[in-house]
Amino acid sequence: MTDTQVMRGSPPAAALAKKIPRQNMSKSISDATLKRQHLGDKLFRGTTRMFAFLVFALLVAIIISLIQGAWPALKAFGFKFFYAAEWNPVTDEFGALVPIFGTLATSAIALLIGVPVSFGIALFLTELSPKWLRRPLGIAVELLAGIPSIIYGMWGLFVFAPVFQEHVQPWLIDHLSPLPMLGFLFEGAPMGIGILTAGIILAIMVIPFIASVMRDVFEIVPPLLKESAYGLGATTWEVVRHVVLPYTKIGVVGGIMLGLGRALGETMAITFVIGNAHQFSTSLMMPGNSISSALANEFNEATSELHIASLIELGLILFIITFIVLSLSKLLLMQLAKREGKQT
Amino acid sequence: MFSLYARRRLINALNLTVSMLAMAFGLFWLAWILWTLLRQGLAGIDLQMLTQMTPPPGSQGGLLNAIAGSFMMTSIATLIGTPIGILAGVYLAEFGQKSWLASATRFVNDILLSAPSIVIGLFIYSVYVAHVHHFSGWAGSFALSIIVIPVVVRTTENMLKLVPNSLREAAAALGAPHWKVITLVTLRASRAGIITGLLLAVARITGETAPLLFTALNNQFWSSNMNAPMANLPVVIFQFAMSPYDDWHNLAWAGALLITFGVLALNIIARVMFRQKGTRG
Repeated sequence: MTDTQVMRGSPPAAALAKKIPRQNMSKSISDATLKRQHLGDKLFRGTTRMFAFLVFALLVAIIISLIQGAWPALKAFGFKFFYAAEWNPVTDEFGALVPIFGTLATSAIALLIGVPVSFGIALFLTELSPKWLRRPLGIAVELLAGIPSIIYGMWGLFVFAPVFQEHVQPWLIDHLSPLPMLGFLFEGAPMGIGILTAGIILAIMVIPFIASVMRDVFEIVPPLLKESAYGLGATTWEVVRHVVLPYTKIGVVGGIMLGLGRALGETMAITFVIGNAHQFSTSLMMPGNSISSALANEFNEATSELHIASLIELGLILFIITFIVLSLSKLLLMQLAKREGKQT
Repeated sequence: MFSLYARRRLINALNLTVSMLAMAFGLFWLAWILWTLLRQGLAGIDLQMLTQMTPPPGSQGGLLNAIAGSFMMTSIATLIGTPIGILAGVYLAEFGQKSWLASATRFVNDILLSAPSIVIGLFIYSVYVAHVHHFSGWAGSFALSIIVIPVVVRTTENMLKLVPNSLREAAAALGAPHWKVITLVTLRASRAGIITGLLLAVARITGETAPLLFTALNNQFWSSNMNAPMANLPVVIFQFAMSPYDDWHNLAWAGALLITFGVLALNIIARVMFRQKGTRG
């Protein structure tokens, strides 16, 4: 389900449908019946309109209720909330730096790994795979998106983290921490859980979303363009690099944004593996916290009003960030769909 | 060293190999996760799991109350979300194609589709739970229904747009009022697609944990009272997996296996169903 289909509609039918019956039937159907039908139409239209409005209002209501819930924290901390690092329920000191950093860092890692892999998968599914394999492989990738996030969390904590700790992390620490510029990212002890682990699991979770958008936009490239390039002697890679990618770049970015939106809001998987430590550390090996996992862990145990309000403010920040990212994604994909409508 | 052609062929082969590796990489995780679930969870799937309540630590038990709670909340959420979603989708596809309300709703709907589910839990907490002062099955259902709505809106609109206009025109030419055209002709024609969307929505909420944490919470005992905290599979899995007890871990794995294969089965059924419809039409 992507948005590429959304723009193709055929509006004139409704207008047409309204005119025809009235002319033909004024003789055979009484005016009262006609009036009743007209009323029924109006009623039906009004009802559907109301529910459409309800969906729209839902978003407004979410934002308003979050602002209302976060109000005490907004008043108490103001702008300091964004850059203060302490998070202490005992003294009622709250700052969002650690969870915001955790959310952004894990999402960045997820994209760094997820985007190239998704591109490879989309490329395989559209250009390389034999026809009969496309459907089953496509479904397999989508099943990856179907696995509930709590399962990723459990698997990450009990299966992936120990393997990662024993076999991968020591190697990363030995080989990458002496690097000049980037070494500090890999310092520390192999703990299994931490920001890097969370980022990797997040990457696996966003791959299906990004890959399926990329596959869908790759499929809309007119065959004529690709065949012309093949006709000139281009290799498959050159066709992808110089024809498919330039044609679909807006959609590709839209897909990446969609994946980012998903990664930012992911909760349960991260809660299991990020370590839930309210401490700031530049090393990716260390445990940290993310907005969503702070919420999942602390919300039910929070007692002071300010603690609850601070957690709600975290939720508000998360919602606003994802709102912006998803809006961008949507706008880009809409632009691609519009252009496609013009050219074909 | 290489001729231009050889180099281009080499680059091509290299990149295509990487693409194949990426595909294998994706499938590798799927296989690993499913294999882990089977290995850890299969032992726990037995009659006891399906007939007993969640146990206190250190004793035997099952997941009956959690399964029943999940089932109830999922059903109610679907019952609330489906009509709202279908009606809003009808408006988007049949009435408001270009109106500002339709464009705004379409936009908002796509954002809600990917909105963080934990924020939806927070929302229901602040507008419902905080006012009635207790967690409840209703609150959990409301939170889940907010996740159902955008999925149903999106599929309903897409499916209605696939219905050929000649069908609408034919019905209108027979004198059917517009609302009859929609309910008796276009909605019926896109029934299979809409049901597919519903199945996907159910699959999605079955595994949702985050929005239930602050709404339905959990309940260790059998309860069919929607107005009280309610046990549900995802939150039970979360609590049991995070606990230090082995018995609880085993039950959590069994529950995880159950929920994953349930969700995947729903996904596959939905896709197979839609394909059948696709080849026919």
